[in-house]
Formats: sequence, structure tokens, C-alpha cells
Amino acid sequence: MSKRHGIAFKLAAFILSCAFVILVVIVGYNYNYSRDIILRQAEESSRNLARDTTGRIDSVLITVQKVADNIAFSLEDATLSKEEILELNKRVLANNPEIYGMAIAFEPYFLEHDQLFFAPYYYRSGGRIAFNMLGGPNYRYFYMDWYQIPKELERPVWTEPYNDEGGGDVLMATYSVPFFRTVDGKKVFAGVVTADVSLDWLEDMLEEIRIYDSGFAFLLSRHGTFIAHPDRNLIINQTIFTLAEELDSPELRSIGQKMLAGESAFVPVDNVFDDTERYLFYTGLKYGGWSLGVIFPKDEMLAEVRKLSKVTTLIGIAGFIVLAMLIIFIARKITNPLHKLSGAALEIASGNLDLKLPEINSRDEVGDLANSFGVMRTSLKDYIENLTSTTAAKERIESELRIARDIQMGILPKLFPAFPERPEFDVFASIEPAKEVGGDLYDFFFVDDDHFCFLIGDVSGKGVPAAFFMAVTKTLLKVVSEKGLDPGDIITKVNSDLAAENESCMFVTLFLAIMNINTGETRYANAGHNPPVYMPCGGKPEWIPPLGEPVAGVMEGMEYTTKTMTMHPGDVMFIYTDGVSEAMNPENELYSDERLMDILTAMDKPFAPELVKEIDDSIKVFTRGAEQSDDITMLAMQFCGKCDK
Amino acid sequence: MRRYHHPLSVRTMLLTMVLGLLLFPGPGLAMEKASIVLHWLPQAQFAGHYMAKDMGFYEEEGIDLTILPGGPDILASEWLEVGKADFATMFLSTGLLKRSSLPVINIGQFVQHSALMLITKTDAGITSLKDLENKKVGIWANEFQIQPRALFKRLGISITVVPQSSSLDLFLRDGVMATSGMWYNEYHLLLSYGLDQEELRPFFFRDTDLNFPEDGIYTLEKTADLKPDLCRAITAATIRGWEYAFDHPEEALDSVMKRMIKEKIPANRAHQKWMLDRMQDIIMPDEGTQIGVLRQDDFERVSSILMEAGFLEQAPMFPEFYRGPVR
Repeated sequence: MSKRHGIAFKLAAFILSCAFVILVVIVGYNYNYSRDIILRQAEESSRNLARDTTGRIDSVLITVQKVADNIAFSLEDATLSKEEILELNKRVLANNPEIYGMAIAFEPYFLEHDQLFFAPYYYRSGGRIAFNMLGGPNYRYFYMDWYQIPKELERPVWTEPYNDEGGGDVLMATYSVPFFRTVDGKKVFAGVVTADVSLDWLEDMLEEIRIYDSGFAFLLSRHGTFIAHPDRNLIINQTIFTLAEELDSPELRSIGQKMLAGESAFVPVDNVFDDTERYLFYTGLKYGGWSLGVIFPKDEMLAEVRKLSKVTTLIGIAGFIVLAMLIIFIARKITNPLHKLSGAALEIASGNLDLKLPEINSRDEVGDLANSFGVMRTSLKDYIENLTSTTAAKERIESELRIARDIQMGILPKLFPAFPERPEFDVFASIEPAKEVGGDLYDFFFVDDDHFCFLIGDVSGKGVPAAFFMAVTKTLLKVVSEKGLDPGDIITKVNSDLAAENESCMFVTLFLAIMNINTGETRYANAGHNPPVYMPCGGKPEWIPPLGEPVAGVMEGMEYTTKTMTMHPGDVMFIYTDGVSEAMNPENELYSDERLMDILTAMDKPFAPELVKEIDDSIKVFTRGAEQSDDITMLAMQFCGKCDK
Repeated sequence: MRRYHHPLSVRTMLLTMVLGLLLFPGPGLAMEKASIVLHWLPQAQFAGHYMAKDMGFYEEEGIDLTILPGGPDILASEWLEVGKADFATMFLSTGLLKRSSLPVINIGQFVQHSALMLITKTDAGITSLKDLENKKVGIWANEFQIQPRALFKRLGISITVVPQSSSLDLFLRDGVMATSGMWYNEYHLLLSYGLDQEELRPFFFRDTDLNFPEDGIYTLEKTADLKPDLCRAITAATIRGWEYAFDHPEEALDSVMKRMIKEKIPANRAHQKWMLDRMQDIIMPDEGTQIGVLRQDDFERVSSILMEAGFLEQAPMFPEFYRGPVR
């Protein structure tokens, strides 16, 4: 059986679980939505940041490119002398502070037919402009990338950045532009102009890009070499692909390939560098074939969102607690009066109608209930008062009826054995009055010394009229019987007396017999009464056949006949009213004549007083306490004499 | 089989060293000073030498060896000739060619297989070497051009030689159709520039009959005559160095990286790891290969090809040229 929970508990449980679900949904949605916003913003700002940064780098590169392109263009003028070339070179360097060094390198034997190398190189050194002539057995510049690549590709290139040992380990990149001259009407490759730029500023610039706490930017060369990265060990030494190999991350390798392809994207890179989750935005630069990557630590990006979620959750929990307290308060406010009313109802149920009802002033359903409850109590009180007076009146009547009943019963002979001094016969009678006053009667008396009269009757109807009618009948019977008449004449006489003044048409059934107690000769008459049972000593009981004559008291002048039978010693005559045969059990089944006969048949050596008691017991067993609706009256008359059997 | 050393635990070695120092007061008193110039910048290609040095194998052999890093501007044979170094590492082909002008001999042959290769990009559609006809091919100078030139001569095709610089930039920018490379170096460099193996179509010289053994230790004939024990000891210690490097790759990589950083050349461990693994492949191509031996048939094959290709007029006799360990 489930545990009993009060309204307060149920209300709180339902509402709070609902509120909890709502809280979780709100916090979850809020988190996700804010995270998406932050990520979008991060992507947007990283795009801007990257655009800004690449723009700044590109602007430096384009400046250098323009200078070198212009020099290359002017070098196509074949009239320039060696001195002019040197002067040009020097002047350009002096006028372009962003250029670290510039070389103008010619093809072998191009400018001077006896000179394998011609490559003046002006560069900055200790705040001044220094000069060096490149080329020599140990420096065959024709096979250097800065010379060979633009020559073979016939277009300007940015070389891969390198650490310049001469310049104090400065990271450098060189822009090389091929220039051509017309020899014998043909355009031939004549040499290259190079402009070196220091990339020191690059690292500073990228280091300024501080994204959250641990975010950073890095720059890759055309072939994936790190040009700038907060971990200086990676610069020049590693490509993004060797890093991927060391980190065993095919994902990073694939990102690297996309970066080198000049693509631009915002991608999550989880567990690549370490086991934290990050986002990477990458984009290609316009010049140099370089690409920029910006790393965002996801944790730090989402720190604000997490904080917001935490605060939202805390507020939610606080609200939850307040809500819980409010619900309990409201529920208590409702259930407390109910508790009081419930207690009062119990008190009223136990009979205390004068109980002062709990003071409930709330103007709601509970208030209505309390009002109804008050009205109910008042009505109940009135009703009970009414009932009390009615009951008192009824009891008085009932008490009077009881007295009437007692008087009625008092007129029936009750003393047994009735005639102990007469061994010739034994008579026993019993009446079990129904609750209501009924109209059964019996009587027995000596008519003269030898004749004994016994009778039984049943007045129609119930109540006081029946009782009076019975009393009248009994009195008449006794008076008339003592005149020594035959039973038929007695009933004829009584009938006419009763019928004469019987305006209410009451009637009585009667069986009356007079026995000669010496011979056992018995004369009897029957006015519409149940046939009695004759029980010969040692023989089978049998019905004494009815005479087919009507009830007494209705038809004036009716003549009743007398029959005669002889009882032998030990024989019993059993007479009874229909209260016996019509006794009902709780299933409304009748006791019935058959059952009566069966019980009588089963009796061995019947003895009048015991016979009556036995039948009475069997009726009680049969009815099992069902309410008795009619008087149960029985009379057994046993002729003794001398039993032969 | 001759054994140059007995496997010793590090602790025993240290003990030996300490005892040695105690017994012979004055450090280096019993040590013979010597130097070896390597034919390229520090990298895992020379890990055996570095390990032998760092683990004290040379010292155990009584040599106070100075390892001199090579580089693009250093010709190892020149250093031998002018006495800047007592020993030098060189390719077998280089040694054979030098022999005609300088009496060098081989005292230990380490790389048994040619790591030299030509690499093309898959999308260039070069399916056989003949497709390179009239195409620009990046070819290194000096000994590195022997095999390619011999190859193209045999194939009967002419190519446009573009002298190859120390970088692969030109190839990456499609300035040449094919580039020379060493399996342990340039091939992986291309991978580390983001090219996938599928994007590259390599042609290995080791798959042709131009499979030249490469790195070996050389010295001048007179040094070998005067100090045979020193020569033997150098080779023996280097063999131990290689064995140790292959057994302890991480230590070997540490040792290589340390030297690269010292020389300020781009150093990355993933690349050196690849190189060390490939060195193992070409130093010990088979399970039972004995390190450091030059096989006569290899020697003769290389000599005849060099002569056939016109690089060499007359080949030296094998016993004259080779005084290293034998099987």
C-alpha cells in the first residue's frame, strides 16, 4: 500500500519537479544559446583579428615588393653602369628603412665578361649601411634559392624565411624579383633583385595578439614552416606537418594542408596540442603564400558563458527554494483549516454538536467549506433535537403498547404443568409474541369434571385492535364453553356474538376441542384454522383434516359443525398458529408445514411439554435470528390414560 | 667473425673509464687525438658517430676523437687532403673518384644501399623515368650527380639539369619536374611540407643496378699504414655507436638534436626520427647484415659502372681500396 501523503506534500512534489524541469531546460538552453553566440562572436572577431593582422603584414610585404619591383624594372635599362647600379642599390636601402638588405645579383659573366660573380649587397649593420660583394667559390649564389627560384619560375618570389646568421640570428625573408634584358633582340634573364626584410616585428606583432589567457596566433610559411609562434623552438625548425607528426595528429596535418592551400575556416581542434579543446581560425595572406592561424582556448572563451550559467543556476536554485517555501506555506494555509475542520467533524461525529467551530475567515473554497460545515452542524443539531422529541413520543406509545401486551399475555394461562393433579392428560402451550402486539390466543380449562376444553386462535391484523378482539374472543369462548355445548355450537355462538358488533370486519381463526379425559373421546370444531396434527402413540403423525368452515367473526348466523375422534393413551394433538409454519429465515423462506411434519414424524415417544420446546428450538434454528413478524403459538395436548404400547 | 667489442653495461663502462683514469693519471695521456669530418651538417645520418662519441666508445678505444661537422661549403676529401681532418665520411662513389687524385682508402662501409632517389609529383604524370626526357630535373652537384647522370645515359634520354640548392623550394613551386633527394632526408622533408605520400612518385636508385653503397669512413693511405690500430678502432667504435643508436633511438635523437641546435640549423625531431629509421634500413638492410663491411661485389659493381659512365678511368684493386672489417 502506498504511503499516505498530504496535499502539501503532493502539491510541493508536483510543482517543484515541474519547476526543476523548467529550470534545467532554461539553464541548458541558455548555456547552449550563449555558447553559440560566443562562438559566433569569436569566429567573427577572429576573422576581424586575422583580417587586421594579415592586412598589416601584407602592407609591409607589399611595400617591400613595390620597391624591389621598381628596382628590377629600372635594371632592365642596359645602359646602367656598375657604379650607377651600386649607387641605386645603396640609395634604395637608405630610403627604405623597412628593408634590411638588398642585393642585385647578375647572371655569370653578364655585366663583365670576365667576372663570374657580380652581386653587390648593401645591408644594415650596427645602425649603418654596410656593403659586401656576394659570390665566390664558397658562395655560388646561382644555386641559392633566392636566385634560382625567380630565375627558373621567371617571376618574383618570397623565399622561405630563414635565420640570418650574419644579421645576428634575425628571422628574415627575401623577396626576389628577376629582371630581364634584351640581348641580340632576345629577352634574356639577367639577374635578380632581392630585398631582405627582418621578420622581428612579426613576432612582436603576433605576440601582442593575446586571445583570452592562453590563445595565440601563429604564422606559417608557404611550405608550412612556422614563421611565428609563441614557442620559439618551433620557428624555422618545425613545419605544421612535423608538429602533426610529433603530436600524432592527422587532423592537424589536414588543417595544415588546407592552410597552405590558402583556405580560410574556423574549426575546432580538440586534443591536438594537448587535451584541451580549442578553436582555430586560419586564413591565407595575400602575399608571400603565408597563412595565419589564431588559436582560441574553448574553456576560456566559454568561461563567461559558464559563469552566466552558474549564476543562472544559482538564481534558479534560490528561486526554487523560495518557490518551495511558498508552496509549503500556501499548502499549509489550505490544509490547516481542513485539519481543524476534520478534527471538528470527528468531534461532531462523536456527538458534540455544541462544539465551537474553528474560526476560518478565508474567502475561498475552504471558507465556503467551513460555512457549509457550520450550516450542516446547525441542521444536524435541529434534526437531532426533532428526532429526540419524536423518539420520546414514540417510546411513550411503545411503552403503553408494551403494557397492553403484558396485560394481553397475562390473560393467557402460563403456569405449567397446569394440572399436576390430573394424570390423565398433559397439556403444554407457548406463545412467542412478535414485537408488535399480535392477536394469537390459546386457552384450556375444564368444562366439567370429565371434559377438558383446549383451543387456539389467531385474530386477523395486528396492534391494539387485534389485541382487544383477541381478549373479547377469549372471554366469549370461555363464557360460552362453560355452558356445556358442543365445540361447533360454541364457535357458532361466539361467531354470532363477534359478528354482531364487528364493524371493522376483524375475524379470528379458531380450533376448539373438548376431550373426555376418561375415554379420550375428543370433539372438535375448526373455524378456518390451520389443521392440527394428530400424533397417535407409536404411529405416524397425521393432519386432522380441516372441515372447510370459514373464519369466525365475519358472517353472522354461520353454523359450525363438530367432529369427533378418539385419542388413545399416549396420543398427542398438536395445534399451532400460522406463526409456526410461516416463520421466515433471513432468505425469506417459510418454515412450512412439511418441515413441521418432518420434525414431528422424527420424534420418538413425544411428550407434550418437550414437543413444544423442540419445535420452538427448530424454528429458532431455522430463522437464525430473523425478525419475527407474527406471534408463534403452539399447544400440545397429550392424552395419558394407560399407554398399551 | 671478428668482434671489436664485448657488450658492456653502461655501469661497467663507466667503471672501466674511472679505473682507466685512476691507472693513467693525466686525462688523455693514453688517448690518441684524431678528428673526423662528416660530409654533411649534423643530422641523424651520423647518429652512430655521435652515439659512439657520447657513449665514450671512441675513448674506450683510446681515441680522443673530434667530430667536425660538414656542410654545403665543406668538401670532406679536401679536408683529408690538407690535413684538417684525419678521417672523413664519404660516399663510396666519391671515395672511388677521389682515389684517382688522392690516395684515400675505405676503412668501414656503413650505408649498404643507395638512399638517393628522384622524386616527382604524382600529378606531373611521370610514370617512368623516360618521361623525364627534356624536362627540368634538379640534380645536386658533386657525387650526387654520378648516379643520375649514369642513369639518364643508360636510359638514353637527355634532361635539363637544374643545379639543386639545399632546399626543395624550387620543386615545391614546380620549378623542376623532378628533384633529387635522399630517402632519409628530402623525401620526408616533402612530407613535412604537407605533401602526402600519394602525391609523390619516387624513383629509387636502389631499385636499379645503380644501387651504390654510400656513407663510409675514409682516410689517407699513409694514415692507414701508420696507424692501422687507430683505423680499426675508429670503425669498431662507430659500429658500436650505430648499434647503440638503433637500440636506443630516443637517446640517439637527443644526441642529434643537441648538435643541430648547437650548429643553429633547423632541427625537428620528427624528421630526425624518420632519418634514423631510414638509416637503419640502409645500414642494416637485412636482419643479419654485419655493420661496417664493404662487400667486394658491391665495390666492383660500382667501379665498373663508374668506368662505364666515364667517371673513372681505372678502378683500384679491392684490397688496396678497402681495409675495413671483413665478414
